[in-house]
Amino acid sequence: MANYITLNYLDLALASVLVLIDAGLSIIFGLKIHRSLLVAAIRMAVQLALIGLVLTALFSLVSPLWTGFVVLAMILFAGQEVMQRQDRRLSGWWSFGLGAGCMMMSSVLVTAFALLTAIRPSPWYDPRYAIPLLGMILGNCMTGIALGLNTLTTSLILRRASVEAQLMLGATRWDAAAPVTRDALRSALMPTINSMSATGLVSLPGMMTGQILSGVPPVEAVKYQILVMFLIAGGTGFGAAAAVLGGVYRLTDARHRLRLDRLAAAQAI
Amino acid sequence: MKGPSGAGKTLLLRAIADLDPNQGLVSLEGRDRSTIPGPEWRRLVGYVPAEPGWWAETVCGHFGDWSAAAAVLTDLGFPQEAKSWPIARLSTGERLRLALVRALIIRPKVLLLDEPTAALDAASVAAVESLIATRIRTGLAVLWVTHDAGQARRIARRQLVVEAGSVRDEIEQWPITSR
Repeated sequence: MANYITLNYLDLALASVLVLIDAGLSIIFGLKIHRSLLVAAIRMAVQLALIGLVLTALFSLVSPLWTGFVVLAMILFAGQEVMQRQDRRLSGWWSFGLGAGCMMMSSVLVTAFALLTAIRPSPWYDPRYAIPLLGMILGNCMTGIALGLNTLTTSLILRRASVEAQLMLGATRWDAAAPVTRDALRSALMPTINSMSATGLVSLPGMMTGQILSGVPPVEAVKYQILVMFLIAGGTGFGAAAAVLGGVYRLTDARHRLRLDRLAAAQAI
Repeated sequence: MKGPSGAGKTLLLRAIADLDPNQGLVSLEGRDRSTIPGPEWRRLVGYVPAEPGWWAETVCGHFGDWSAAAAVLTDLGFPQEAKSWPIARLSTGERLRLALVRALIIRPKVLLLDEPTAALDAASVAAVESLIATRIRTGLAVLWVTHDAGQARRIARRQLVVEAGSVRDEIEQWPITSR
């Protein structure tokens, strides 16, 4: 018998009343977000129900092939999300490829590191550990990379004269873009730093709360949470650094010129 | 170089400075530009745009070697305390003169100037023209965009008239300053 309190569908339906209250507030105050709020809530419920089914099947299979397939699908969706969050995208294949490639590199590397050193499940790719771990790292990595790339492209547009002034005096592309690169990396890592600072004081992370609710002793749940926070910091740092430096490489050329023509045209709002 | 707005004067200067992708043959003292790395080329061929960019808070943050800059700044009427002036509080004319000094102290062989005196008073225009004339006498080649016909007569040996993206006319002359 499970040592946690199971929920039935009536419990979930009762909680969904809170979202309906939010929608009611939107109507009362004329916010015009009730429709998107309800769509988002339904989408969340359907997506989670589906992933619940997928994970149940995946955990019973313990197949490296299927685990790899799910990992790839998660990374491709995250790559799409990074692309959507850009005010000005890189043109062509780079728009999707840079974000997805950097996320794959950093999140897979960091997840493999945790599986092979700290957690050591058997087999090491056991989806029960690999998939949730990768999901948490990937989610944060995605936010960091999206913020970093967006800061990079918007700053290069706004500070074009400043970057070109340094190029005109003989600076290399890396030196001329250094102030913008630093701002982009700070922006990418700020949510992770804020999250680590507030965790335990202001917020109790979802993973740790979930473990405690499912009967894991708080001290053990805390250990897992600390491990996950370190992995997130590492994954976001590697991924954002690779994406931002890749962005600088793409938006300049071998003659050390600024190439803002390699940004796609701004989308109409 | 003169010509109506939109004729392509700035595009030509940027192309020579290799700031935008461009085609054609550019060489300096017999060396093809494509054999010289971009940063080295831009140290040889300096460019001062009509609206220069800034990356540091204060004046001195834009000069690696302040002592070299200070002497030229004095020639252009800046006091010693200009070193700590915040860039945000400078006038357009002061910014243009600072950008000129910034380009001169790296000792380029060619200097591309895009209306460097457009926002200056008469005394400052005279100071800039005198400074550039001095540098020309010591071997600096200058390509200077101006809308001021009098200035073109004062400083140019050769006037290029640009219209609709191409050089329409070329006039050889002796500058008034060298007569």
